[in-house]
Amino acid sequence: MKPLSKTLTGEKVEIIEIRGGRGLVTKLLNMGFYPGVIVEVVSNCGYGPLIVAKGGIRLGLGFGMAQKVFVK
Amino acid sequence: MKKKIKIALAGNPNSGKTTIFNNLTGSRQHVGNWPGVTVEKKDGTFTYEGIEMKVVDLPGIYSLASHSLDEKIARDFLIEEKPDVVVAIIDSSNLERNLYLAVQLLELGVNLILDLNMIDIIENKGIKIDIKELSRVMSIPVIKTAANKGKGIDNLKSAVKDIYDRREKNTFEIDYGNDLENEIRNLSRFLGEKKILSRYSLRWLVLKLLEQDENILAKIKGLPEEKEVEKKVFESIAKLEKHFGYDVETAIVERRYAFLRGLAKECCHKIMGIRERKEITDRIDQIVTNKFLGIPIFLGLMWLTFQLVFTFGAPLAALIDSFFGWLGGIVSLGMNVLAAPAWISSLLVDGIIGGVGSVLIFLPNILLLFLIISILEGSGYMARAAFIMDRVMHTMGLHGKSFIPMMLGFGCNIPGIMAARTLESEKDRILTILVNPLMSCSARLPIYTLFAGAFFAKHQGLVVFSLYFMGIVLAIVVARIFKSIFFKQEVAPLIMELPPYRLPQVKSVLIHMWEKGSLFLKKAGTIIFVGVIFIWLLASLPAGVEYASKESLIGKLGSLLAPLFSLAGFGTWQAAVSLLFGIVAKEIVVGTLGTLYGVEGMGLKNVILQQFTPLSAYAFMAMSLIYIPCIAAIATIKKETNWKWTALAVGYSLILGWVVAVLIYQIGSLFS
Repeated sequence: MKPLSKTLTGEKVEIIEIRGGRGLVTKLLNMGFYPGVIVEVVSNCGYGPLIVAKGGIRLGLGFGMAQKVFVK
Repeated sequence: MKKKIKIALAGNPNSGKTTIFNNLTGSRQHVGNWPGVTVEKKDGTFTYEGIEMKVVDLPGIYSLASHSLDEKIARDFLIEEKPDVVVAIIDSSNLERNLYLAVQLLELGVNLILDLNMIDIIENKGIKIDIKELSRVMSIPVIKTAANKGKGIDNLKSAVKDIYDRREKNTFEIDYGNDLENEIRNLSRFLGEKKILSRYSLRWLVLKLLEQDENILAKIKGLPEEKEVEKKVFESIAKLEKHFGYDVETAIVERRYAFLRGLAKECCHKIMGIRERKEITDRIDQIVTNKFLGIPIFLGLMWLTFQLVFTFGAPLAALIDSFFGWLGGIVSLGMNVLAAPAWISSLLVDGIIGGVGSVLIFLPNILLLFLIISILEGSGYMARAAFIMDRVMHTMGLHGKSFIPMMLGFGCNIPGIMAARTLESEKDRILTILVNPLMSCSARLPIYTLFAGAFFAKHQGLVVFSLYFMGIVLAIVVARIFKSIFFKQEVAPLIMELPPYRLPQVKSVLIHMWEKGSLFLKKAGTIIFVGVIFIWLLASLPAGVEYASKESLIGKLGSLLAPLFSLAGFGTWQAAVSLLFGIVAKEIVVGTLGTLYGVEGMGLKNVILQQFTPLSAYAFMAMSLIYIPCIAAIATIKKETNWKWTALAVGYSLILGWVVAVLIYQIGSLFS
């Protein structure tokens, strides 16, 4: 298990756990990003915001948020 | 009188609600391709088969849990105002997630219609959605629209009337599985017997309690049964979490999505996901969001914008200028021939033609600016700009999303200030509002164009670009300072959907440009018109005084203020009063100078060449950028925050503007 921020561009990972403030967790869950979902890392330059994809949806996550989403 | 049918349009951001709204009502609300274009509910009406219908366009939401002000507006309307019919606008290329909201609306117990919008895009890819099956499973009417082409709107109208006439109770329910259903039954029985919050659908209420929805928990607070309800809900949650091994909210969301995944598979004749468009979007994103290229590309686009605004705007502006020059000549001549009193001639030529004309000259530049902003908004780049700036903004104590209000501020600060509603944290929102007036709005453009055109003709684009850039840098610095004084906690992390790129529609881009342009014309015909007449009057009184001389009322007023600005290099009384009246509307800065000197366009340029030096002109432009937001912006800040923050916004900008102008002039003087 590692935070999303440590993934590489092009990697496909499964969301395991989302930590962080309740409001933001709820928001991510409702947007369809919940544990068990497989996402593709579209771009991650390692220190800034990153883009993940689920189906046709592209989600931009700030670095802070990416550190709180754990994947494998 | 027959009852009006109240219809709400609900859906995910960027699903086309506003386009549908415009189609239904014939209005021209602004559409764009980024989450958060609509931040306020908008009303409109139309008549269908003799029945009057009131439609409400709502901000985009992903679920009925609200996180930001715009989402709260949508949520509160749907839950508390109980519209007669709700149309769930579905982006057909993202069936699963768009239906997620629809399912919640059904649980809420609203009278729902599913509108599969943008259906043309996926049908062109050979994907068919079985709407009969969708309609059967969810037991609601389903229709298809392609709103940007105006297709399917009549079907939508008739579906609204049908469902309103029938008023059947919808019986659709998702099966959450035995464990959850048992607890739902238990809690429903308990809440039903006690008649707690009985204005809501029981099943929805129970689900929200199990999800620990903050808004509903707040409603339970203070009820006589508060403790009892909390205990019961807590027991259920504890039992379920022990069983699942993770939290109940996740379990509920997961089951909804599992159901929808199955449903989407059943109803689509090809797996969803649009390969081609997605690939183009990803390829563009790899370049524009690249860690090395992202920010340079953004700055390059901004620089290009100003080059275009000036290169193409200048010849058109010159045309308008010669028209007013000609008009002024004709009017003077006519007045002489008619032997009209000198004051009438002065009012017309100095006051109105000089004042309003000097502002109107900039219409082409303003139209071009809005043309480019509309294209950026319609393409989907807006969300990317916020994304690439997230890191920079974060180190400065702002949120990536704050960047969108800032970009909109380049058009006008008022929509910029309103757009801050999309920020999840109240503190981030207030901070974003406070610095928004530092974004150079289009009303500052006439000032920049006049002064930069007179003193820096060869590098006009670059000089104006430097002012815009100065605004951004100051906004970031000011935000950093306010952050450390008023809002010490961390910035909420960024979560933002990046919509697929779309080619902006020519029609909607042109409409948007024209709407903004006509707003400018309207301003010139009203507030600026009245403003310059008022200034002319002050410049002509007391009776017998030489027009616009130091002895006139305005001259005396200006002379009182002028010493304040001598350190900044523009200590003339004319400059002082133009800044004073510019608070009414920033265009009036130019209008005032035009009125006082009785000339516009080239004539005005020649006058200011005498009155300013390049250095003091630059200091004056910086002052115009920073000092006190215009009255309309001040009123909007007050509406979105309170008096305390409004006073701060006015106070800091005045002081900062003065300090920066003085520093520019004094430091610049050392080198020249």
